[in-house]
Amino acid sequence: MKLSVRFAGLTALAALLATACAPQTSSNSSSDKDEKTGTLRVWLFQEVGNAPKEKVVDSVVAGFEKAHKGTKVDVEYIPVDTRAQRVKAAFNDPASAPDVMEYGNTDTAGHVKDGGLLDVTKEFGDWSEAKDTDPTARQSVTVDGKLYGAPFYVGVRALYYRTDVFEELGLSVPKTMDELASAAREIRAAKPELYGLVVGGAYTYGAMPFVWANGGEIASGKGGSYASGIDSPEARKGIKAYTSLFGDDNCPAAKCAGMGGNDTISAFAAGKAGMAIGGDFSHTAVEAGKVKGKYAVVPLPGVKSGSIAPAFAGGNNIGVLKSTSHRTLAVELMEQLASKKTQSELFEAMGFLPTFTDVRQQVARQEPFVKPFVRTLSAGTKFVPASPAWAQIDSSLVLPTMFQEVISGKKDVTKASEDAAKKMNAAFGSAG
Amino acid sequence: MSRVNDHAEPADTEGGRVAGASAEFDPVEAGGASAGAGAAGSDAVGTGARASETRAGTGAAAGAAPAPAARPPHGSRPAHAPASGPGNVAAAEAAPAGGVREGSVAAPARQGGGSTGRPPGKEARGRRSGRARVRRGASGASPLVSGGWTPWLYLAPALVVLGGLLVYPIYQLGLISFFQYTQAQVSGGEPTTFEGFGNYAELFGDPQFWQVLLATVLFATACVVSTLAVGCALAVLLTRVRALPRLALMLAALGAWATPAVTGSTVWLFLFDPDFGPVNRMLGLGDHSWTYGRLSAFFLVLLEVVWCSFPFVMVTVYAGIRAVPGEVLEAASLDGASQWRIWRSVLAPMLRPILVVVTIQSIIWDFKVFTQIYVMTNGGGIAGQNLVLNVYAYQQAFASSQYGLGSAIGVVMLLILLAVTLVYLRLLRRQGEEL
Repeated sequence: MKLSVRFAGLTALAALLATACAPQTSSNSSSDKDEKTGTLRVWLFQEVGNAPKEKVVDSVVAGFEKAHKGTKVDVEYIPVDTRAQRVKAAFNDPASAPDVMEYGNTDTAGHVKDGGLLDVTKEFGDWSEAKDTDPTARQSVTVDGKLYGAPFYVGVRALYYRTDVFEELGLSVPKTMDELASAAREIRAAKPELYGLVVGGAYTYGAMPFVWANGGEIASGKGGSYASGIDSPEARKGIKAYTSLFGDDNCPAAKCAGMGGNDTISAFAAGKAGMAIGGDFSHTAVEAGKVKGKYAVVPLPGVKSGSIAPAFAGGNNIGVLKSTSHRTLAVELMEQLASKKTQSELFEAMGFLPTFTDVRQQVARQEPFVKPFVRTLSAGTKFVPASPAWAQIDSSLVLPTMFQEVISGKKDVTKASEDAAKKMNAAFGSAG
Repeated sequence: MSRVNDHAEPADTEGGRVAGASAEFDPVEAGGASAGAGAAGSDAVGTGARASETRAGTGAAAGAAPAPAARPPHGSRPAHAPASGPGNVAAAEAAPAGGVREGSVAAPARQGGGSTGRPPGKEARGRRSGRARVRRGASGASPLVSGGWTPWLYLAPALVVLGGLLVYPIYQLGLISFFQYTQAQVSGGEPTTFEGFGNYAELFGDPQFWQVLLATVLFATACVVSTLAVGCALAVLLTRVRALPRLALMLAALGAWATPAVTGSTVWLFLFDPDFGPVNRMLGLGDHSWTYGRLSAFFLVLLEVVWCSFPFVMVTVYAGIRAVPGEVLEAASLDGASQWRIWRSVLAPMLRPILVVVTIQSIIWDFKVFTQIYVMTNGGGIAGQNLVLNVYAYQQAFASSQYGLGSAIGVVMLLILLAVTLVYLRLLRRQGEEL
């Protein structure tokens, strides 16, 4: 009899399991509706000092509402830190999702796989301004040959250096990667309280230019069939070049191995480093530091004299959500938000680098500070693999772990890069 | 009142054995089998008084031979009972099990079990008990509220909360761990596929998992031992010092306790910072980096974990020591026992229940440590050398939205913690400790 209770319980449980088909899934199918009036919801990122951005966006929105009678645009600024959760929530619940949204360009492939973004290949092709879009920016909205949005702005890194230190030690601005390393060591030797070139073991986008400049790639392939290239001989050369900068003669491993991008910029801004690799977006932080007025920026040198190391083209895009019920209007609003006019206004307001080559040249003439960044961009930039697996590779810290293994002497370059490649291929294999 | 009597009557045979068995089983079953019992009990709740009647009838049917004594009350429908056999039997069994808590049904059941072969005496006692129950019912809410489902009614709020907040999430966790369930599946970009033990296979096939698991177990053990040692030592100290230092120590401990883990970790990191940290300056270590070496990084985190979790142990144990009669301690010191001896031979045995609670708490806390590692070693240390299971789960699974794999890690952790706790409780039981 006691058994029968157990049995009844088990049967009930089994029945429950059998009928509970699967965990919840939202029905995020694309909407068939294409309403020509109503409210359009827009999510943009909340930047530090957001007011100028709001002003520019407001004027775009006012123009849009004027041109389309009966439409209203509702713009919301979402915090950058929690954007991942917000975007996931939007994909899970189409009813509360926006029509148009800004997203980080490394997230493109992931968002597409999650089924959240609308394919706008045709509309983008018909757009008169699209032809001036710089190829890397275009690549950052492309997955499997289809376009899922319009590039909004780009961010790129270059070499910050201390003009006063270089002058005092009689150094010239490095023209090759070897010169960069030797200049860094000279600074450290002459001024032991400074890092020569401050580098970070967890600073992937500061390290990748070394790999790219030596001819290596993170991964190669297209669409579903990426394969890691991080263990190629060229890539290994780059890894070696970067990791050799960790040491007591430049940036002691004990301190620098754990640093990320922000740590290196903080160190440079606090006057503790002779050189650093920073982005156009780091400008404000450096200006606010001790080194204000005592530094300059040049493109990061490549292997050969006079060449520029390929930089990572970060930045944001604007896309339309699949669940929108205002397809035509939403795409049009996306184009206006990412237009040449808006981008050049946003540059003036926020310092965002435009994604159109001609607009970028134009702003570089107005603002000398961005020149090295624009030069870096025109020399050709690189982008992360357009695979949904990238999010997984990024968040499980495959590349930082590889660099740190080499820096801390746990593994040699060959073994570390082999293991990293294995992990990456596993991710490419499972995530497609 | 005769209902109880009827139920007790067939105790000589099968019905009594069942009742006795389930009553005895109750302490264990109460939590674990609540799902099954609840399903069975719902039958009783739904049909109210009729259910208890049929229960009596079923008891009689089960008792079979001494049926004449059973006297189904209020014209119960005996024909109904055999027809719906197993279900009602289940209800009959579940009811007394729950009834133990309420204290009315259990008494006759136990008597029934114990008084085999002495029908008259048992009958009398059964009647007495039945009267007592009616009296209680009258002075309570309503005389109609009787029978097996009353305890469930009282337990209902707790069960609803437990079911909603504990059972359901764990059920979901287990369910998701069997599926390929990433953000693409959640938002409907791709269909959800059943993976069986695929997620578990992937997890156990990852050599890093075993490495991290080992590190977690060792680290948690070190944390638990240090926390308990520091907490108990300071609790004893608290009883030995004057009011003012005691207040100061209490306030300091409560301050540490109240500090959010992120803040505490950041402050500790700053204290040991190679460039600006006061510790290096005081010890004259130059710019030694504490987070670079694996062991030294773990040691640093251990200090923070102990710092923020010893106050709980200290305060609880201190309260326990205060409850120990002063004469016992006085007698011990009159006999010339040292502090250590008093702790070992007097306080520790008397405080054992409290120590059990704080140990289990500490095991669970320290096994699940996340914030300290994440903040202090920057997400797992140089090349992941300081990863513990929780941070590993976060990086492998949740940060990249692989919820299926993450759930599998969660289930594994749950099982490990349950096993550790059960083994620990069992060891204590072996030593003759009732909990």
